[in-house]
Amino acid sequence: MEVLQDNHQSYLDPILARYGHQAVNLMQILREAQESFGYIHPDAVDYLTVQLKVPRTKIEGVASFYSFFYLEPRGKYRVLFSDNITDRMLGNMTLMERMCRNLWVEPGKVSEDGLVSVDTTSCTGMCDQGPAILVNNIAITKLTEQRVDTICDLIREQVPLAQWPAEYFRVEDNIRRKDMLLADGFAPGVALKAAFVRGAEGMLAEVKASGLRGRGGAGFSTGLKWEFSRNAPGEAHYVVCNADEGEPGTFKDRVLLNSYADQVFEGMTLCGYVIGAKKGFVYLRGEYRYLLDHLNEILARRRQQNLLGANILGQAGFDFDIEIHLGAGAYICGEESALIESLEGKRGTPRNRPPFPVTNGYLNQPTVVNNVETFAATCHIAQHGGAWFAGIGTAKSAGTKVMSISGDCARPGIYEYPLGVSVRQMLEDCGAANAQAVQVSGPSGVTVSPQEFDRILGFEDIGTAGAFMVFDDSRDMFEVARNFTHFFAHESCGFCTPCRVGTALLRHLMDKLHNGHGSPYDFEEIEKLNQLLLSMSHCGLGHTACNPVLDTIAKFRPAYESRMLHQDFTPAFDLDYALQAARQMTGRDDSAAHLHNVEEPT
Amino acid sequence: MRKTFTLDGKEVPFQDGQTIIQAALDAGHYIPHLCHHPEFKPHGSCKLCTVKANGRQIASCTMPAAEGMMVESETDELNAERRALTQMLFVEGNHFCPSCEKSGDCQLQATAYHLNMMSPHYDHFFPNRPLDASHPDFLLDFNRCILCSLCVRASRDVDGKSVFALAGRGIKSHLIVNAKSGKLADTNFSTTDKAASVCPVGVILPKRRGFAVPIGERTFDKQSIAEYVDTRLAQEEK
Repeated sequence: MEVLQDNHQSYLDPILARYGHQAVNLMQILREAQESFGYIHPDAVDYLTVQLKVPRTKIEGVASFYSFFYLEPRGKYRVLFSDNITDRMLGNMTLMERMCRNLWVEPGKVSEDGLVSVDTTSCTGMCDQGPAILVNNIAITKLTEQRVDTICDLIREQVPLAQWPAEYFRVEDNIRRKDMLLADGFAPGVALKAAFVRGAEGMLAEVKASGLRGRGGAGFSTGLKWEFSRNAPGEAHYVVCNADEGEPGTFKDRVLLNSYADQVFEGMTLCGYVIGAKKGFVYLRGEYRYLLDHLNEILARRRQQNLLGANILGQAGFDFDIEIHLGAGAYICGEESALIESLEGKRGTPRNRPPFPVTNGYLNQPTVVNNVETFAATCHIAQHGGAWFAGIGTAKSAGTKVMSISGDCARPGIYEYPLGVSVRQMLEDCGAANAQAVQVSGPSGVTVSPQEFDRILGFEDIGTAGAFMVFDDSRDMFEVARNFTHFFAHESCGFCTPCRVGTALLRHLMDKLHNGHGSPYDFEEIEKLNQLLLSMSHCGLGHTACNPVLDTIAKFRPAYESRMLHQDFTPAFDLDYALQAARQMTGRDDSAAHLHNVEEPT
Repeated sequence: MRKTFTLDGKEVPFQDGQTIIQAALDAGHYIPHLCHHPEFKPHGSCKLCTVKANGRQIASCTMPAAEGMMVESETDELNAERRALTQMLFVEGNHFCPSCEKSGDCQLQATAYHLNMMSPHYDHFFPNRPLDASHPDFLLDFNRCILCSLCVRASRDVDGKSVFALAGRGIKSHLIVNAKSGKLADTNFSTTDKAASVCPVGVILPKRRGFAVPIGERTFDKQSIAEYVDTRLAQEEK
């Protein structure tokens, strides 16, 4: 026992030292502990409770909240199949079955030799190059049958991940249309210099004049947010970049961070200058772990260039630096107050509001949380002014929007448009033929039907965080909605009753329809649950969890009607199906082992 | 000048910093609730206390009262939604009232009666939640947990122990205790802890005291939960 504990100490000590033995860094400590040992061992928890001076309940409570933390062995190789609807459309389930068959492992379980586990996970942000998986939290794209077979061989031969073929890990940007943000030639430091000329107040005035609204979906005025935070009293101010791009179908932040990180970091630094912050965080979703080293290199280079650190570009007294904090598989952390809880090393439960993060954010101090794209946009406002920015897009929606297009189209990828572009235009550009629906903004967004293809992207019509999933007329829109209800039930944080139980009940009801037990009664139940989620939930996850179902019911009712196989209520419980386990255990599958067949012997 | 807001047409006085439910309860107006407790800071998870404040639905236990606010609580619409939430709490766990030691003293059961809940309505989840009988003086029956986290807050904020915590996520959220073995006997839990007496349902139960008070003579056999909350507050004021 002693020896074991020492073993954990040997890898935990350097991690603890790196994070200053601070419980506020618990997420990063747990992540690195798991990267060292494969999972979070009970003896490691023992050691951490002593070193971090926190109760065991805190560590177990946090670790069990996040999908990517394991308190039990999950195998030397941990394979997670991205299970967004776009991965499904590309055949991820068949590939997963193939992998499980090859490796003799059941989905969700660890192989008997403890070598490998295979499971599903929420969208990993590779919808334009799926089906995608994560192996030990590192992304692999463009899965094919052949790739699956080779991966199985590599796992069986226990080849270290670092020696797997490099092309497996290649993530393409797939930029198809560039505008202001994605234009080439941004010179690091140019926006900061422009801002220093304007001064902090001048820069704030430009951001306000620009009409820029948050690009994460909520669309709050960026200038006002910065101003509220700047004016809020506090011991310190913080800048947080929300790169927890968890909305299924969204992957534009991945590309911005991969190829435009300088703009993002510079936008954060501008914000620090305006609100008087010395510290910024990028909350990077755990699925983008592969970007960590790349981003840290850019941060190091920016420090060398004096674009970060003390007296930035000779501006006396302006000190600012950025740290990257990785998430661990929790969609809810995209909600800004849950994100802050997570940054503080806690379970990602959305806070009660008011107060809002602008006055009481990270460590209860004034904090600006903005999306990756919002920060990038502020660089252009610094350079060209607010009026210039406000002239792009529409009167109510200034600037451009970077869209992630995936699904049934010839050219999936990244498209940047001035706001005000029509759905029809986008469908033409990406080569979508026979589209019967577009899901804009992911499961929490809106399902757009062909009659609405002339609607436009913008805060006056379809507000969007950037996802654009196309479904052609071969797709079953009921199954699309069912996939989304599974997503919400999996990602509900569990804090409030309506969302915790309601999303699970909604999933049951959609499965019931899928399994052929549907009746008009269930239809009414779904509509009642939707209403309850909308009116009683604690945060946006619960409020929007019903959107895909409500929208598809309204616009694709035949897809539901075909599931109403019964006139009257039928229970979801299937007595014969319940005997499945008994049949498996006894190795029987003859007619007498089936309930339906008892009354009609063959 | 004293500040007031309007609750179901009645004027309710409040002090700065009070939430809607605090002011309402002080004035003798019951709003159904399970995770709210006057001795602890606002939590806001059960959502039973949701009211319509100036037209917007909001948990009254976390919403600060404001001058002139128009609050609706006793409406058919809100009570129907509260009933649905109560039903959700019933089907999420394993609540077999007739065989439960807490029957008659249980706030979930009493709230269900208050809201005229006639059936659980939804399909049961039947979760598998083992008992913990390891402690010599207390039993934990997790089947009845409604995740209100009152024991979590009592143990952490009053007892200074963090014996209890919530783990897991979503529908898999569950209560854990502060021991490597996961057993209450291996924690520093004590029978005099605040956490030992705060559970509104029948999770944290003293041993060897079962049915000391017969069914029919228990708290909610004699009064409704609305009356109970009112008298409890009156006693505290004395």
